[in-house]
Amino acid sequence: MKLAASPAVRVGISISIATGLYGVSFGALSVTSGLDFWQTMALSLLLFSGGSQFAFIGVVGGGGSGIAAMSAATLLGMRNGIYGMQLNALLRPEGWRKYVGAQLTIDESTATSTGQADPAEQRRGFWAAGIGIYVLWNLFTAVGALAGSGLGDPKQWGLDGAAVAAFLALLWPRLKGREPVAIAVVCAVATVLAVPFVPAGVPILVAALVAALIGWFSHGRSDEGLEPDVEPYGGHHRQGHGDAAEAGQ
Amino acid sequence: MSLWFWILVSCVLAYAWKLVGYFVPARFLENPRMSRIAGTMTIGLLASLTVVNAAAAGQALAADARLGALAAAAIALALRAPFLLVVIVGAGTAALLRMAGWN
Repeated sequence: MKLAASPAVRVGISISIATGLYGVSFGALSVTSGLDFWQTMALSLLLFSGGSQFAFIGVVGGGGSGIAAMSAATLLGMRNGIYGMQLNALLRPEGWRKYVGAQLTIDESTATSTGQADPAEQRRGFWAAGIGIYVLWNLFTAVGALAGSGLGDPKQWGLDGAAVAAFLALLWPRLKGREPVAIAVVCAVATVLAVPFVPAGVPILVAALVAALIGWFSHGRSDEGLEPDVEPYGGHHRQGHGDAAEAGQ
Repeated sequence: MSLWFWILVSCVLAYAWKLVGYFVPARFLENPRMSRIAGTMTIGLLASLTVVNAAAAGQALAADARLGALAAAAIALALRAPFLLVVIVGAGTAALLRMAGWN
């Protein structure tokens, strides 16, 4: 089968371009948050998970400590473990593919894969989106980092406003229905209340604790909050992650 | 500790999360609680990061041009603008408000 004829590969390529492009904003914001070029590239090459990368630089840029930045990024990375479980059940990778596939396990590659019904297409979708995003995300991170370091005063360019917009844009697709909105509001309020009393960066961890408690004690959809930043199937005929997980069993 | 140290720790732990998923027995998937917590924490952390970046200045709360960026980004998102455009709208709004004298 020609790869170009595979619907999953086509979706994978378009999601790669859309997601890769916003690596520019990560690169630019990272260097204006105080990371240097190679620190920025290390996050895109090795950490490779958009939300966690933005969280790390968001905490550092706000004056938080390295350990607070690491904690926020790591807590935000937990969902990739859930995706790994789903993909392992779905694709059953063997040998080295497990280790390479793990690094490519993010919101968008998971969503591209689980949105397909045919097992061969699920596999192609995962690898097409995973590899495509990895290459473009790193390329555009470098472009953004180089452009950002030549900007001078980042505030003059409104880059602190860009960071606010980026976080809201990461949150937005996850606010489907009343419950996720309620969780977001409760955590936002907890953050505002904590800011004056604890060091910078820590209010984010307070909010994470509140969110974890809500998750532990409440009984909503089990895939709530596990939507990709960029929706590969335009939100119409996508299978939820929960459905995909069941299909894989 | 240097920033490099925490960057590398973050990278190792991020990969560890991803890898763990491929090695835990499939029956863990049947327990919805872990995936539910991963989801609610994602929402909570992103909401918190949005607020901190919009309204915190160190240990104080501040109302400055970043709140304008937040409002403009929300409008752009409601109009279904793509990610990169939303970010540019946020930057542009903060920059314009500063030029107009609102810090």
